[in-house]
Amino acid sequence: MSASTTEARTAPAAVGQRLLEISGLKVHFRTDDGMVRAVDGVDIGVDRGETVCVVGESGCGKTVTAMTVLKLIAMPPGQIVAGSIMFEGRDIVPMTPAQMRAIRSKQIGIVFQEPMTSLNPVYTVGHQIAETVRHHEGLSKKAAYERAADMLRLVNIPSPQRRVHDYPHQFSGGMRQRVMIAMALSCNPKLLIADEPTTALDVTIQAQILELLTEMKERLGMAVMLITHAMGVVAETAQRVVVMYAGKVVEEARVEDLFANPRHPYTQGLIRSIPRIDLAATTHTRLEAIPGTVPSLLNPPKGCRFAARCRYVTEACLAAEPPLVEKAPGHKAACIL
Amino acid sequence: MIAIPSLLGISVILFTVLALAPGDPFEELATNPAIPPEVRMQLRASLGMDDPIYIRYFRWLFAMLQGEWGFSFVSRINVDQLILQRLPTTLIVIGSSQILALAIALPVGVLAATRPYSIFDQVVNTLAFVGFSLPTFFTGLLFIMFFSIWLGWLPFVYNTNITATGWQWWWEHIRQSIMPVLVLGLFQGAAWTRFVRSAVLDVIRLDHVTTARAKGLPEGRVTTRHVVRNALIPVVTLVALQMPIVFGGAIVTEQIFRVPGIGSLLISAILANDTPVIMAVTFVFACLVIFFNLLADIIYGWLDPRISYR
Repeated sequence: MSASTTEARTAPAAVGQRLLEISGLKVHFRTDDGMVRAVDGVDIGVDRGETVCVVGESGCGKTVTAMTVLKLIAMPPGQIVAGSIMFEGRDIVPMTPAQMRAIRSKQIGIVFQEPMTSLNPVYTVGHQIAETVRHHEGLSKKAAYERAADMLRLVNIPSPQRRVHDYPHQFSGGMRQRVMIAMALSCNPKLLIADEPTTALDVTIQAQILELLTEMKERLGMAVMLITHAMGVVAETAQRVVVMYAGKVVEEARVEDLFANPRHPYTQGLIRSIPRIDLAATTHTRLEAIPGTVPSLLNPPKGCRFAARCRYVTEACLAAEPPLVEKAPGHKAACIL
Repeated sequence: MIAIPSLLGISVILFTVLALAPGDPFEELATNPAIPPEVRMQLRASLGMDDPIYIRYFRWLFAMLQGEWGFSFVSRINVDQLILQRLPTTLIVIGSSQILALAIALPVGVLAATRPYSIFDQVVNTLAFVGFSLPTFFTGLLFIMFFSIWLGWLPFVYNTNITATGWQWWWEHIRQSIMPVLVLGLFQGAAWTRFVRSAVLDVIRLDHVTTARAKGLPEGRVTTRHVVRNALIPVVTLVALQMPIVFGGAIVTEQIFRVPGIGSLLISAILANDTPVIMAVTFVFACLVIFFNLLADIIYGWLDPRISYR
């Protein structure tokens, strides 16, 4: 990448300004068994230049939330029942498909969980990156391939000029995820959504990809919404954390506050369930797991959704659902405790 | 280059089967009291029919390689001439019917798959099921009854000796080809539509299609470049594998519409025990099938970069 374009792409973001504001979002899926309330009233805000982690178990609605921001969920059976997704002051929910296409990749890039299947096997990676920039920026074929090579260099793929002409099957999993990141960043989006980008990779590669994401964020100044189920990833990357459980946000805090003082029993359980290598080597304690399973999203229980698995459960928890309230400055939790 | 050993193998099997088959081109002579058995034996010997099979095979093979395909026992015409007379008709009829089949199957299958379980999809599925459940010899007769006998629009006997010239000649040829092409094309088209639909449905739910949408590409481009392009790979395989069936079906269709192609030549040769013709025609069929497989391999390598030929 030439010096001038690098400068243009690293325009410092005004930190602190709201870029994305998801409020009261409800996404339901119609199935043969009834309505699955995958996302049931979720509020997440992402500031410019900020990294927000969305954490939760499988099936808690974090991926659906991420996909809904780009309206990539299948509709039907999915439908956005309520809520708004404000991106730079404009609501995405009522947007037409044409308006959505102008936002995808250009304004909001996305990286998926599975690098092995997320690239089309019949086109070269250069073609697939060039396709994006040609579509959004109307570049010539040559310029688009140059941009593709630049992007590959940016994500630290060796000999990018040669690699643009390679097919996805000629790359390893970690390298493909780098290609995906290069593709997502090729139009210099303001927000990058990374949906469990490291889950399918080896541990050593995971660290490299996270490092790359952090580096890219610093160089290009975009905001990152990182979906993950690994608390270790959260500690390493996030500024703010949103904990989701059964389609709802149960806690939201700055990353230091969350690890120092988790308010919600579910968050406490998540943090306790992180394996500690230092302790495991010396003392033979069993890893603490959260008992029970996630409630069905078909007809969620009345009251707090975590009540069945909570060690502090009271009568009041079963009677009414606790709202998400501010427990300390910038630290919200949905628990009566 | 697996094609050449394949052809050799096919020719050995064909030759042996035909040599072992009951029936004798001199059967009629045997029942003719005017020809004494010695003359018949002499005739057999002069044609080399009493030699062991392998000698006859090699003799046939070398003659074949030199372009000497022998002559028909029945019509006394050189086999290569017989075949060359009839091959273009067969290729034109089969070729146009396959193009018709693809022209139906690709767009309809893709449209049905992009709208699964819609009214359009259900209508297509029903029609396709009807289409490939009806054998060509039945639809052929149905077409003849409807278009030739009731409506009188189309001729039902294929005529190669059209005397008209210029546009009129073309028009007559098209008119008489319509029914055989339709019968074959609709049958194949119906089968392929179902296959294209399922191939597209297999691809459309893959992750890379979501990636393509996430790039902000218009839906039409996502479908053509990232769905259909990938779905074509299994379709090409099927089309190539079905070629023998297509030629088999063409034999029946040629018989119904009296198309003077090599299919009907084969049938009449079999009925007359005309071994050189049977041998040559089946061999030409084998060559065609192998040619289409080769073609499919080439298209396959072009469609799917994961396959390479070194």
